[in-house]
Amino acid sequence: MDDKILLGYGSGGKLTHELISNLFVKYFSNDILELQTDSAVLDIGTGKVAFTTDSFVVDPVFFPGGNIGKLAIAGTVNDLAVSGATPVYLSASFIIEEGFSLSELETIVRTMADEAGKAGVKIVTGDTKVVNKGKCDKVFINTSGIGLLPEDKVNIGSGKNIETGDKIIINGTIADHGMSIMAAREGLNFSTEIESDCACLNGMIRSALDVSENVRFMRDATRGGLATVLCELAADRDFGVEIYEDKIPVNENVRGICELLGFDPLYVANEGKVVMVVGKDDAEKVLSVLRRNEFGRNAAIIGEVTNEHKGKAWLTTGIGGRRIIDMLAGEQLPRIC
Amino acid sequence: MCLSIPAKVEKIKGEIATVSVGGTKYEASLQMLDDVNVGDYILMHTGFAIQKLDPEEAEQSLKVFQEFEELNEYLDEEEKKTGERIV
Amino acid sequence: MKYIDEYRDKKLVDELVSQIKRRSTKPVTFMEVCGGHTMSIQKFGIPYLLPDTVKLVSGPGCPVCVSSTSYIDRAIAYSRLDDVIITTYGDLIRVPGSTSSLDKEKAAGADVRIVYSILDALNIAKKNRRKKVVFLGIGFETTAPSSAAGIIKAQMAGLRNFFLYSSHKIMPPAMEALIDEGVKIDGYIAPGHVTTITGTAIYKNMPEKFGLGCVVSGFEPVDLLKAILMLVEQIENNDPKVEIAYTRVVKPEGNVKAQQILYEVFELRDDWWRGLGILSESGLKIKEEYKMHDAEVMIPVEVEPLKEWKGCICGEVLKGLKNPKQCKLFGKVCTPANPVGACMVSNEGACNAYYRYNR
Repeated sequence: MDDKILLGYGSGGKLTHELISNLFVKYFSNDILELQTDSAVLDIGTGKVAFTTDSFVVDPVFFPGGNIGKLAIAGTVNDLAVSGATPVYLSASFIIEEGFSLSELETIVRTMADEAGKAGVKIVTGDTKVVNKGKCDKVFINTSGIGLLPEDKVNIGSGKNIETGDKIIINGTIADHGMSIMAAREGLNFSTEIESDCACLNGMIRSALDVSENVRFMRDATRGGLATVLCELAADRDFGVEIYEDKIPVNENVRGICELLGFDPLYVANEGKVVMVVGKDDAEKVLSVLRRNEFGRNAAIIGEVTNEHKGKAWLTTGIGGRRIIDMLAGEQLPRIC
Repeated sequence: MCLSIPAKVEKIKGEIATVSVGGTKYEASLQMLDDVNVGDYILMHTGFAIQKLDPEEAEQSLKVFQEFEELNEYLDEEEKKTGERIV
Repeated sequence: MKYIDEYRDKKLVDELVSQIKRRSTKPVTFMEVCGGHTMSIQKFGIPYLLPDTVKLVSGPGCPVCVSSTSYIDRAIAYSRLDDVIITTYGDLIRVPGSTSSLDKEKAAGADVRIVYSILDALNIAKKNRRKKVVFLGIGFETTAPSSAAGIIKAQMAGLRNFFLYSSHKIMPPAMEALIDEGVKIDGYIAPGHVTTITGTAIYKNMPEKFGLGCVVSGFEPVDLLKAILMLVEQIENNDPKVEIAYTRVVKPEGNVKAQQILYEVFELRDDWWRGLGILSESGLKIKEEYKMHDAEVMIPVEVEPLKEWKGCICGEVLKGLKNPKQCKLFGKVCTPANPVGACMVSNEGACNAYYRYNR
């Protein structure tokens, strides 16, 4: 094969077949994909199915702690897992810029295969398009996924069963992903050792669900960060959310670059963090299970559900002051003021 | 506000200092400061070191706060005893 | 992190707060004139800790907020020129001009790049010799020296394609104008990083002419509460003066070297402030000797006619005469996602800070 992606790889002809066989099928290999049928035919029983889709664009494509491929698997796996479902099958579609390096694409695909393997999901169908140079930024990936949703977990996504007094848990430090991307971007000239937290959380989440029937809500705190999830959690609800700043885990180097650029870590993206609302009697139990998992070592109870300030999330600051948490209008930008 | 952050000087090469804020490194310009040494903390604003942090002043001001604590405790006690507000 | 964490210590904060409560008998209003203070005060939830006798208001301390719409309009006009790359601090990117903003222009194809430092902008100029690189110089005395240093570097490196478009301003005329206009405050929490450069002499009129105390504060909660306590003491003792609460950084004489760099490149000019109008000798203009790097002189451009919003009370908010909640547009027509006035745009604008932390 050539060392650069040519338009012909998306033509549907010989080159396309070469790419599919030598790259995608080779790495993603499983019994369903290998049939190379137009549709994957799946046997998933008669229960409820969770279904989600997400597209991934990231600059840079490779960043400390991962790449766009890892993101594409973890993002969709986590969306399913936080709904209470067990992820089983994914699709993967690529839009590739003409001239993109084939070896970099191979690295991305290999990473996706590794992640899928670790998460125990199969990539059963996919698609590839190549666009003219400049029409997309290197590579965009879409993944969709389905998971099996047990009947007793159907309300986790909506949080319908949340009660006053429930505890709010996060599985570790916030803002790592967003700040690693920010630091890796050209032109800012910062060097850090911050790594993205990008990871598939379905195993960890499963272990929490196994020990407690009172996990009442979960959401992954991706774009918009922890603050946005807390706002969504409280919005239009008959309860309020109370969070304690000094309980929220933040890595020292992440705090450093946030201070430098004037960012609030509460609003910075994560790719391996789940916010859980757990019945208060089960909170410690869930916490200790999370902490035993490699992605939950720094898990912490950061707040609770209250019957005050209904519909709003409030933060008690590290010094004992108080402020409301609101969603951010746009993305945070480096500032001098 | 003029977002400026205390950063530790780790290396100096001519007018450029490698500084660290909680592990994040940046090459800051020392053009506006004299007598900066490795180990000093500088205040960095838009990539320029604009002042050195004064460790003695910092220590002293923190000590004053410690004294507040004792004073407050003492005054609280006094107020309890006498039932009057002391200002 | 050293020099940060010690000043966010809850125990120290508690001690300071109880001291303030103990000392404060007269109702007072203090104004901070630094957007960073506005931001810290809201972010740490400081008003919640203070006794009812101490009220804080925000003054014209956000450089983005006080700059004129026509400044943004001209920056937008530059961005529309084919051979121009705009380099700017992130602060300006969403500020509304008459009909557009820099982020809208960027979406439409303009080359607008966010930088952390003017030194990054110089590098962009080095790599793009055929383009004109315009750096948007905003900020007060803290930031102006770095702009000056950048221009000197450009001059020395022969970077003839590097230009600064200055909106730089100095703080004292605005602080005095507010009092002249009859804004009722009992003391200033003076901007720590401006004073780091200027020194404290710039405030001497405050106690002498206006009978107002002026305490220079840092940006951590302990710094701010210490400054508030010092102001309270001044009031209670009827002894207004200029003091420094931020002694680990601020020296009475300031940073003389930075001052020299600043006035090597810039000279004073009359300038327009939102809410205050034209203030004599309050802005910084690039001197004749450096005019080859002055965008205003070197890059002629046609700017669209000025159009400003009706009903926006940013001016009064900046003067501390009204709080954002008193604006009819606040939170309804004017939100961070769709800002009408500049105070809603900048993270440290009073309206934006109110919206996010205090609604």
